[in-house]
Amino acid sequence: MQHLDGNVLAGPLAGLFAFDVTTASARCAGCGELAMLAQAMVYADAMGYVARCASCDAVLATVVVESERTWISLQGLSALEVPVLREDEAPARTL
Amino acid sequence: MSRRPASWHAATVIAVAPETPTARRITLDVPTWPGNDAGSHLDVRLTAPDGYQAQRSYSVASAGEGTTVVLGVDEVPDGEVSPFLVEDLAVGDRIEVHGPLGAFFVWTPPAPGSTPAPVQLIAGGSGVVPLVAMLSAHRAAGDATEFRLLYSVRAPADVFFRAELDASTGVEYVFTREAPGGWATPPGRVTRETLRTLTVPPEREPRIYVCGPTPFVEAVANWLVELGHPTANIRTERFGGS
Repeated sequence: MQHLDGNVLAGPLAGLFAFDVTTASARCAGCGELAMLAQAMVYADAMGYVARCASCDAVLATVVVESERTWISLQGLSALEVPVLREDEAPARTL
Repeated sequence: MSRRPASWHAATVIAVAPETPTARRITLDVPTWPGNDAGSHLDVRLTAPDGYQAQRSYSVASAGEGTTVVLGVDEVPDGEVSPFLVEDLAVGDRIEVHGPLGAFFVWTPPAPGSTPAPVQLIAGGSGVVPLVAMLSAHRAAGDATEFRLLYSVRAPADVFFRAELDASTGVEYVFTREAPGGWATPPGRVTRETLRTLTVPPEREPRIYVCGPTPFVEAVANWLVELGHPTANIRTERFGGS
């Protein structure tokens, strides 16, 4: 199966976090690599999404979207680093 | 917290037009759209009469304020959603869209007074769509940042948003299957050498955005790193078929 990347998770996760979590830095519990979730390899099918570490291929997170609920596992993430934003501040959105 | 929170919107198709032999430009009126940054995407949800739903992500070719949203959709043979969007969707139809989405693969004008690094855009096929939004936003902002686009495309007829690209400077084409008459380079894929000669060199520390099919993006991103660009300066967005 052709993988995509973590950008595709912005929609499925939009309602679950107070910010766009694809720009959070995620630490792989397997190899310790720190990368934005947008840079993870994501395998998408009718069941949902599996995000894997771009460095070591370990599963970082699993998201299953159903009509009545969203199920999310963060089994392979040991930490998420999230920039603190003030209310009057636009999020860091560019390089 | 986001300046433009994502939510579901009812969209009405106000125009459709062929973009290439396999792709279509779709213009939507989305009265509740909060505007979008250049490069962001949306999810389209289609619901069949029996309740079956299918959802796919598409980059937005337009940017900024306003409630008109432009998509450029390439038909994927055997796809589930794109053949409907390219062949069957008609003016007046209503679809559901979720957005704007994605704060990673976006460009926003630099703060006044700053001296931003050059921006190098690299597109494979319909991956040019979010990059067209960036070029348009850059032009609309009157921004002085140096912008360049390297666009890998099968043939001249397959170029998306040609008028918009013709209005921009710094656009380089790589034709992979068929080049225009008199083109200096025979058709062929982008290589590391192409990147070395036709993109902003690492010494100038460009910010780089790469969008295209997964194999294209991964080959280009690896070559960019080999050429000396730090991974932190490279942003990528992959798409697959369906």
